[in-house]
Amino acid sequence: MTIDEIQQEIVEEFSGFEDWMDKYSYLIEIGNEMTPIDAKYKVENNLIRGCQSRVWLHQEFTEGKIKFEAESDALIVKGLVALLLRIYSDRTPKEILESEPRFIDEIGLRQHLSPTRSNGLLAMVKQMKLYALAYEKISAKK
Amino acid sequence: MIPDISKIRKDFPILDQKVHGKPLIYFDNAATSQRPIQVIERMNEFSLHTNANIHRATHYLANKTTEAFEAGRETVRQYINAAEAAEVIFTHGTTESINLVAFSFGEAFIKVGDEVLITEMEHHANIVPWQMMCKRRGAILKVLPFRDNGELQIELLDSLITSKTKILAVAHVSNTLGTINPIREIILKAHLKNVPVLIDGAQSAPHIKIDVQELGCDFYAFSGHKIYGPTGIGALYGKRKWLDQMPPFMGGGEMIDRVTFAKTTYNQLPYKFEPGTPNYVGAIGFAAAIDYIQDNEHQPFSNYEHDLLTVATEKLKQIEGLKIYGEAPSKAAVICFNIEGVHPFDLGTLLDQLGIAVRTGRLCADPVMDHYEVENMVRASFAFYNTFDEINAFYKALIRLKAMF
Repeated sequence: MTIDEIQQEIVEEFSGFEDWMDKYSYLIEIGNEMTPIDAKYKVENNLIRGCQSRVWLHQEFTEGKIKFEAESDALIVKGLVALLLRIYSDRTPKEILESEPRFIDEIGLRQHLSPTRSNGLLAMVKQMKLYALAYEKISAKK
Repeated sequence: MIPDISKIRKDFPILDQKVHGKPLIYFDNAATSQRPIQVIERMNEFSLHTNANIHRATHYLANKTTEAFEAGRETVRQYINAAEAAEVIFTHGTTESINLVAFSFGEAFIKVGDEVLITEMEHHANIVPWQMMCKRRGAILKVLPFRDNGELQIELLDSLITSKTKILAVAHVSNTLGTINPIREIILKAHLKNVPVLIDGAQSAPHIKIDVQELGCDFYAFSGHKIYGPTGIGALYGKRKWLDQMPPFMGGGEMIDRVTFAKTTYNQLPYKFEPGTPNYVGAIGFAAAIDYIQDNEHQPFSNYEHDLLTVATEKLKQIEGLKIYGEAPSKAAVICFNIEGVHPFDLGTLLDQLGIAVRTGRLCADPVMDHYEVENMVRASFAFYNTFDEINAFYKALIRLKAMF
């Protein structure tokens, strides 16, 4: 599936929710079910520090694709992180660079991607794109 | 006299709105307060009819504006009972006020090896300017710690004030712990050793009647936007004996006496510390806010806020797994807490869905977070327009949300 197809899938999953409580409960559930990031990757270098919550992002580049692992100490953020990994992990740099996480807006959670220092999500997305840009350039040089 | 809160609330149109379909419950007053319509109208009326730059021209509008600005200064002077209006400097807020003192006092009085004493519970605004000054002047920053219950370890004060201590800076009320510090006692102890004291009054001035002469403090800083006035304006009170000896902080127009390229001389107080065009609309709003509080009688508001704190604390303590940070016997209406197993960000986000506005995060007080070894906290802070019904709704919301985790 393409990134956009997965985003559509997510939007459809969320459209079933009648109220905010169900939406957030679901996010918390997804967050709870996420495989925790390997402890050895929860290091300063991988930390995206936000004032409201912390996000750790680890990546590996193999066979032309970037695999991401991530986590947050706040459950709602963790749920959003899980969704972002669903669209962005195990993708080529080109795919990552060419798409935007528009699903977040479409499921009514745009405020969580706001450009404040707060929850680290926007910074994480930017970081993922930076990795994609870097790997694209490295691949092009070969 | 018990204030008629429902009547008071009508003065604050912003409170009458729905957030995500629920009535707004605004519990973030320690971050900023709301403005009564009287303040908003005064500022609008001013901008509509009277606006001109101050102290500069002799035309009608300039005179009216200057009068209003200086009358505003007198209102602030009288509110804190400063000895003279020249000791009241208009700044852009508490943070700028503290930066001004740290810089200028530093230039005038601090030498290599001198000491500056602050406390562990300070807001970053009363930490960072001193760190910057100490680095610049080669001085040492020392810290008075606090106990887990939120009280300063006053018994350590005498040993921390040494012959090298040149200034002590402390919050009147902590923005996290809510502790009302015994500043009279602190100022007395410091003065016995000839150490001047700066009080960060950002959280106290809105809620406690201040008399700087009676307190004896050497500097007192507070902000307009926390005292039901506009943003971008604040006041620094300083005893003339200090301010006269301190060089200007920022340079520009108004703060000068005469400028030549060879030499420039400075204006007298308070203008020496008021460069450029001030936020005169803000100053007029600031004064209108103080008038509002005084018209409505300050003390009954204080008592009512204390009752809100008492009821809220009682209710929160009934919630299993909820921990309150800071329970000093003398406390302002600020409650910082965490619920075990619930991240503050998650709680704040969900409370917002119920129309309840609280603050979450590190609250500009990293050392307080470090003291309790937490990353973040939730903070509810009240003002005289909050109600017991709102506190009930908050309690019910917490119970309901806690069950989601």
